[in-house]
Amino acid sequence: MSEENKPAKIDLSNLKAGGFIKERGKDLFTVRLRVPGGRMSVPRLKKIAEVADRFGGEFVHLSVRQSIELININFKDFDAVVEALGESSQKVASCGARVRVPVACGGCEYNPNGLIDTQKSALEVDEKLFGTPTGHHKFKVAFAGCPFDCPKSATNDIGFQGAVYPKLDLSACISCGLCAKSCVPKAIVMGDDNKPVFSDDPCIWCGDCVKVCPTGAWSEQKRGYTARIGGKWGRNPLVGTLFATFLPEDQVAPFISAVLDWYKAKAEGKGRVRLGDTIIAEGPESLLSHLRLQFPESIVNATIPPQVIATQIGITR
Amino acid sequence: MQIIDLRGVSCPTNFVKAKLALEDIETGDTLQILLDDGEPVKNVPRSLKAEGHKLLGLKQAEEGHYILELEKFDE
Repeated sequence: MSEENKPAKIDLSNLKAGGFIKERGKDLFTVRLRVPGGRMSVPRLKKIAEVADRFGGEFVHLSVRQSIELININFKDFDAVVEALGESSQKVASCGARVRVPVACGGCEYNPNGLIDTQKSALEVDEKLFGTPTGHHKFKVAFAGCPFDCPKSATNDIGFQGAVYPKLDLSACISCGLCAKSCVPKAIVMGDDNKPVFSDDPCIWCGDCVKVCPTGAWSEQKRGYTARIGGKWGRNPLVGTLFATFLPEDQVAPFISAVLDWYKAKAEGKGRVRLGDTIIAEGPESLLSHLRLQFPESIVNATIPPQVIATQIGITR
Repeated sequence: MQIIDLRGVSCPTNFVKAKLALEDIETGDTLQILLDDGEPVKNVPRSLKAEGHKLLGLKQAEEGHYILELEKFDE
């Protein structure tokens, strides 16, 4: 595609959010595609294959965060690649100190485990917050549809996990015992009267009782996202800790924005530091009280700082 | 010597701008590039070296940014 003798002209605005990553070879870049929640329509997939075949190397790479990465793209072809991908409205992703493309499980439309529409949330967050510069470091968000948590949500800067709080209509219960049998954490046991007895503490809000109940005696009292904040992987991994429960789906984007505001302010002048380390430095109460102003219904009373995972190599904390 | 100021320009735009500037000068000519501390100074000199250009110097200015000096090379 590129004509060797002509000086290259490149629309630098295409590079603003990143997503073009320098490779080892001269002039070559990886182009990371924006695939929120890992959902890819079949026509778009075909278009990407066509673009990869025309401009890229012999393969693409499926990234660990649900992206397709085009390999061996010559920088002189940037504009042509962006334009060709645009024909199927495929956009380029981000890199660097910005809000990244959200990861999500399959959601709840076809996946029988999903409690919540993670695909919808991922799309919405991608649309509203993708590429926002944090001023400090990368910022990753993931959505898990249920507490089985395939996306490992707590290893993200903010991890959301779909949750259902159950309620029981005793009059509809036929004492079959399936709920107690399915309740892995044993929050439901059968009582002496052969009716289920629920205890709050062990319940992980997985909704298995609601799904298994043959009569609908168990139903949903409330539904929303459990939010854990401050996780990351990399050199010094952290697991995010609990900041919000039953956050309504329509509050997800404002919630992330509120966390970003706190992060931008508190990490000011600290250089390239992740959210989790900022929470450890400031103490989790600072972030809790900031969030409580805007989301009083969902914020937990107290929490713990992000938890260090021992990698057993290069002990720094 | 031509100076291009890439302070405040983030990756990968800074590297691409440096490449474009190098296309405009002759092989053997030298160019000074101003880069921010942090990711830019870690990435851009390494990438330009990998493209075959000769790094003549890299020093930090009093204001905190880096001054990269290199000679254009073409195979």
